[in-house]
Amino acid sequence: MIVTLDINNRPYEVNVRPDEYLLETLRNLRFFSVRKGCDTTSCGVCTILVDDNPIASCSYFTVKAEGHKVTTVEGIKEESEKIVDLLQKEGSDQCGYCSPGFTLTLYSMKQKLEKPTDDEIRNYLVSNLCRCSGYEGQQTAIKNYLEVK
Amino acid sequence: MQCIGKDHPKVDGKGLMTGKLGYTDDLADPSSLIIKVLRSPHAFAKITEINLNGADEIPGVECIITHKDFKRIAVTRAGQGYPEPSPHDKFVLDNVVRHVGDEVLAVAAINEQLCLKALDIIDVTYEVMEPVLDFEKAIGHQSIIHSEEECHEMFPIGFEPSKNIAASYSMNVGDVDEDFKKCDVVVEHSYYTQAQAHAMMEPHTANAHIDFQGRLHINTSTQTPFHVRRIVATALDYPMSKIRVIKPRVGGGFGGKQCVHGELILAAIALKTEKPCKIVFTREEVFESTFSRHPMRIDVKLGAMKDGTMKAFDVNILSDTGAYGEHALTVFMVAGSKVLPMYNKVDSVRFTGDIVYTNHTPGGAYRGYGAIQGNFAVESCIDLLCEKLEFDPVKFRQKNMIGLGETSPIFEIMGEGTEGTAMFMESCKLDYCVERGLELMKWNEKYPRVANGRKVRGVGMAIAMQGSGIPHIDMASAVLKFNDDGFFNLLIGATEIGQGSDTVLSQIAAEALSVPLDKIIVYSSDTDLTPFDTGAYASSTSYVSGNAVKNAGDKMKELLIKEAANTFGVDISEISYEGLLIKTKDGSQEITLADLGNRLIYNEDQKQLIADGSFVGQKSPPPFMAGFAEVEVDTLTGKIELIDYVAVVDCGTTLNPHLALGQVEGGLVQGIGMAMYEEVIINSKGAQVTNNFMNYRIPTRKEITNMQVEFADTYEESGPYGAKSVGEIGIDTPPAAIANAVYNAVGVRIDTLPITSEKVLTEILKSKKL
Repeated sequence: MIVTLDINNRPYEVNVRPDEYLLETLRNLRFFSVRKGCDTTSCGVCTILVDDNPIASCSYFTVKAEGHKVTTVEGIKEESEKIVDLLQKEGSDQCGYCSPGFTLTLYSMKQKLEKPTDDEIRNYLVSNLCRCSGYEGQQTAIKNYLEVK
Repeated sequence: MQCIGKDHPKVDGKGLMTGKLGYTDDLADPSSLIIKVLRSPHAFAKITEINLNGADEIPGVECIITHKDFKRIAVTRAGQGYPEPSPHDKFVLDNVVRHVGDEVLAVAAINEQLCLKALDIIDVTYEVMEPVLDFEKAIGHQSIIHSEEECHEMFPIGFEPSKNIAASYSMNVGDVDEDFKKCDVVVEHSYYTQAQAHAMMEPHTANAHIDFQGRLHINTSTQTPFHVRRIVATALDYPMSKIRVIKPRVGGGFGGKQCVHGELILAAIALKTEKPCKIVFTREEVFESTFSRHPMRIDVKLGAMKDGTMKAFDVNILSDTGAYGEHALTVFMVAGSKVLPMYNKVDSVRFTGDIVYTNHTPGGAYRGYGAIQGNFAVESCIDLLCEKLEFDPVKFRQKNMIGLGETSPIFEIMGEGTEGTAMFMESCKLDYCVERGLELMKWNEKYPRVANGRKVRGVGMAIAMQGSGIPHIDMASAVLKFNDDGFFNLLIGATEIGQGSDTVLSQIAAEALSVPLDKIIVYSSDTDLTPFDTGAYASSTSYVSGNAVKNAGDKMKELLIKEAANTFGVDISEISYEGLLIKTKDGSQEITLADLGNRLIYNEDQKQLIADGSFVGQKSPPPFMAGFAEVEVDTLTGKIELIDYVAVVDCGTTLNPHLALGQVEGGLVQGIGMAMYEEVIINSKGAQVTNNFMNYRIPTRKEITNMQVEFADTYEESGPYGAKSVGEIGIDTPPAAIANAVYNAVGVRIDTLPITSEKVLTEILKSKKL
C-alpha cells in the first residue's frame, strides 16, 4: 500500500506492506542511522522520533506514521554533531551502533525536561542500552549538552 | 611524543554516530536474497526426514539447503590461528542437531515473508535423543554428543568424544599434596560461574555476492576476517584464492564475533544461487545460536603459613563447552595461565580439568576468556584463606603477588592450547595499583563495613592480570603507502570493532613518521587489500598489530630519508627528518613532505614508496589491575547495590588515554553484569529462557552510577611506545571484588555467579539459623 511519510521535513511516498515496521521502511529509504538491535523494543538502538517523541521503530507500523512527523539523526544534523562532539570529547563513543538512537532520545529529553538531575537523565535514557562504553563518559557528555552540573 | 598519549577522537566516530554508511548490513545489495535458517527446537535429535512440502517451488524461493547438499567436512568455527586448538566437530549442516537453535536447513528467497512461508510449510521429522543438560553429569553420560567419525583434534588436546570430553589438561609444578601437609591453614572450595551472553548491540550479520571474476565476496561483522576466509574455504572445499572477506564497521564484538556464524550458510547459498544474498540474525538467534561464555565449576585449594606465606595452589576446573568445542581448551587454560602466575611465590601449583560437551548453546570466546572465571574463584578463595589465617587480605596479596622483574614457571608451561613462553615482568606496577586503589576507595575508612541501620556497606577487592596477544602464534602486519601531496595510506589487517584500533594504530604510524594524524588514512580488514592479521582477540591489537605498524612506520621513515638524501645529493647521515619537513642538517636544503611526494610520483626518481612491517610476539606482557568494590546490602531484603567501583590499571603506555579509559570502563560494566545481573538460563528441555533483552538483563545506565578508573604510569619496553593491552583486563575483577565486598558487609560468601539479592538473602537467613 502507498503511504506518504514526512521524514526529516521532506515528503516520501512509499509502497509498504501493512505489517511493515518503520525500521524496515527507513532502512529501505537508506537512512542508515536507523539500525536493528533486538526486535523486541528493549534495546533502544532503532529509536527514532515520531512527533518529537522517542519511538522504537522496530515495533512501529509504517502505516501508523502517516500524518506524523518522523525524525532520524540525519534530520537533526547540527544538534547530532554537537552531541557527537561532546561524546567524542569524553571518549565515550566506541562501536557507534547505539549512538543515533541515544542521540535522538537525548535530543528529545532536552525539549522535554528542564535542568534534569542525574537520576532524571538516567531514567529518561534507561532504554538506550550501550554494551561498549560503561555509561560514565556518556553521562558527562549528556550533562555538558544539557548544560547542567 | 606528538601523537601517542593524546586523546584523539576515534577517526570513524563521527561518521558512525551520524548514520553514514558503514556497518555490514548497510553494504548489502538492496536486492539481496534474504536467508533464514530453520533451527532445532530440540536439544539433541537426529533428523530422520525433511519434507519440503513444495516450499522450494514457491515463486520467489530461490534455494533451500540441507545437510544433504554438503560434503562431510568437519571444521571448527572458533576463528583461531591454524592449526586450531579446538576440535573439528562442526559441519555446515548435519543430520544431527545438538542444541536448541542449532541449524537444520536454510532458505533463501527474494524477501523475508517468503522465507518464513517456506520455513512454515517444511516438515522435519526428528528422532529426539536424551540430551546432556547437566555439565557435571556429561562425562560417562549415556548420550554421546559427538559420535561422528569425521570429528578430530588437530593436535593432542585430550579430545575424547566417546566420553563427551572435548579437551582435557593437567600440569604440575612441585608436589602440592606434600606441600598442603606442611601448611598451617588449607582451604578448599568450589565456585560456579555462569554462561554470559555478549549482547553486542549489532546482531551477527553477513552478506555476499559473486563478482565478475567469479570470486565470492563476503562482507561480515567479524573480528577475524582472515580466519573467516580460511574456514569458509575449508568447510565448503572452495579455493581460498577465490574468496574475499571484508569486515566493515562492527557494532561490538567482545569475542562473540571471533567465531564464524552465518558466513558458512551464506557462502554456500551465494555460490549456489550466484545472487547477492544476506543473513541478519534475530536477537533470539544471537542468544541461542551463536556462543556464550563457558560456564565452569572451579575447585580451588589453597595452603598458607601463619605468617601469610602462600605455599601451595591447586585448581581443578570442569568447563561446559556446550554442543561444540570452540575455544574449549584455550578458555579453560586461560582460567589458569592468567590467574595462577599472580601468586608466583608458591612452592607448588597444580592445574587440571576437563572441558565437556553438553547440549547447551556452545561456549566461545568472550572478553576475559577464562581469566574472569578463574579470577572469581581464586580471588574469592584468597579472601576465604585470609579469614581462616586471620590475615589481612590486602596485605596477603601484597606479600604474595607478582612484582617487577619476577617470573612464574606457569608462563613457560601454559600457553593457549600449547606450551607457553617463559618471561620476566619487565613492566609491573601491580603494587602501585593496589596502593592507589586503597586510597581512591578510602579503604581504611570503609573496611570491612559501615552499618547504617539495616543497610550495611562493605568493601572488597581483587587483583587481575591478562596477556598481550599469544606469543609465537598471533601475527600482525601493516603496509604504509606514501602518496603525492605527502600523506600515507595505512593498510592493516587488524580489526576495528569499536574499540578504536583504527585510531590507535593510526596514531602509532603518525608517531613513527612524526606527522599529524590527518596525514594517515587508515584502511583495515580486507583480505584482498590489507596484509594479514590474526584479528581482534586475545588482547592483541595494541601490542601485536601496534608493533607491526610501528615497524612499518620506522621502515617508511628510512625510505623517506633515503629519498630526501637522494634529492639533496647528500648522504643519509646529513638528513634531519622532521616529518612534514625534511632538511639537511646544515640547513642549506629542505623539502616538504608534500613536495617530496609530488616529486616521487610525478617529477623525478619516480617510484611508489611502500613499507611493510610484521610482528609476532616473543612474549605476552601482562597488563595488571586492582579492582575495589563498595556495595550496600539491605539486610532485610538482601538487595545489593553497587555504590562505587575503583580500578587502577597497569597497561603500559595509554596510547590514547580516552580510548583506554573506555576499554576499562566498558570491561568493568560487563564484569559487573556478570557479577550481579546476567545469566543465560536454560530450562529442563534445553531451551534458553533468556533469549531476549527483556529476560537477559545487561546493566543499564541506572545500575552504573559511580566508577573511578586510573592508570599506573608504566612503560613496557617490548610494546609499541611502551604499550601493553587494555581490551580485556577491565572485565576480570568485578565478580570476586563484589563477592568479597558482600562478605565484608554481611558475612555471607556467594560462590555461584551471579550474586543476586535472592542468593544474598538466602545466605543471610541461613547464617541466622545457625
